[in-house]
Amino acid sequence: MSLINYSSREINCKIVYYGAGLCGKTTNIQYVYNKVDPGTKGKLITLATEMDRTLFFDFLPLELGTVKGFKTRFHLYTVPGQVYYDASRKLILRGVDGIVFVADSQASRFDANIESLYNLHENLDEYKLKIEDIPFVIQYNKRDMPDIISIDELEQELNPEGYPSHEAVAVTGEGVFDTLKAVAKGVLKKLSKN
Amino acid sequence: MIKADWTIYEEDYWALNSVLKELIENSNSQSVLLIDKTGQLIASVGMEPEFDLMSFASLCAADFEANAQLAQLIGEKDFSTLYHQGSDESMYLSRVAQAIILVVLFNKRTTLGLVRLRVKKAVDGLNTILHGLFDKLEYENEDLKEFDAEFADELNKEIDSLFQD
Repeated sequence: MSLINYSSREINCKIVYYGAGLCGKTTNIQYVYNKVDPGTKGKLITLATEMDRTLFFDFLPLELGTVKGFKTRFHLYTVPGQVYYDASRKLILRGVDGIVFVADSQASRFDANIESLYNLHENLDEYKLKIEDIPFVIQYNKRDMPDIISIDELEQELNPEGYPSHEAVAVTGEGVFDTLKAVAKGVLKKLSKN
Repeated sequence: MIKADWTIYEEDYWALNSVLKELIENSNSQSVLLIDKTGQLIASVGMEPEFDLMSFASLCAADFEANAQLAQLIGEKDFSTLYHQGSDESMYLSRVAQAIILVVLFNKRTTLGLVRLRVKKAVDGLNTILHGLFDKLEYENEDLKEFDAEFADELNKEIDSLFQD
């Protein structure tokens, strides 16, 4: 939920990375954390299990420079991808301003992507939100893996509406910032359109 | 023009601030924070904590939400307050005006009883101000006049320069 605070002269927006388990949501955020200027980022919070699986969420606040006296901040969140953490996913979507859906390009994860996307629709519905109302970007991750599905096929199944999409290899950083830029600009565009 | 889902105006901020200041003095606590349920920090009064406030706010909101879900599982609507006790530092959280969380950080200079008592009174004051603010937003979620095409351009440039390999 975007929040404008006139007193501290801040604009805050929330971006959520959604997707099936092990698709690379946390890897995206970790790459961003490692690359951005230290002065612009806050602490990276990771609530994970001992096996490094996200338990509740990852959180990274990022601050843009001051424009016309206002500081704009993006709060990046990931959801836990595993099916049984649905309650946590729902909570993290509260007040979302922009969504990145990270799809795993591997053939073996095709169904998991579809299930996760369907789950996103369901959980947004609980907040009476629809994907078309929210800046939404799809990232086709793990393009470096051997057994991957073609972009055409992925687009057909996961993105028939034609939302902006980017190919990525999150472990090396390829496509990570392109995805983040697309969703961040989408959020600002929506804010200034309202 | 730009419009947020919700906005805090200068006068409301200062009204909230004065209630928080009174709370910190009356309860002998160290810091008091106001956070919205999505994890965004609204106000912070008292000793500036050494930790990252943004992360703290996000975790407090998650803590409160997770506990609300636990409450529902045992047949409660939610838990309106939470208390976390440490050996030196403790925190007390209370829901205000449905969507806001008041967090009080305190140590052995005070007691839980006193904090709880003072929070109760502060919550009444905060409720009045926040409900007034929410009513106002229903009718006049003002445009931020500073924000025009030029503003959006500048922000897009910021995004391009910050988010790069």
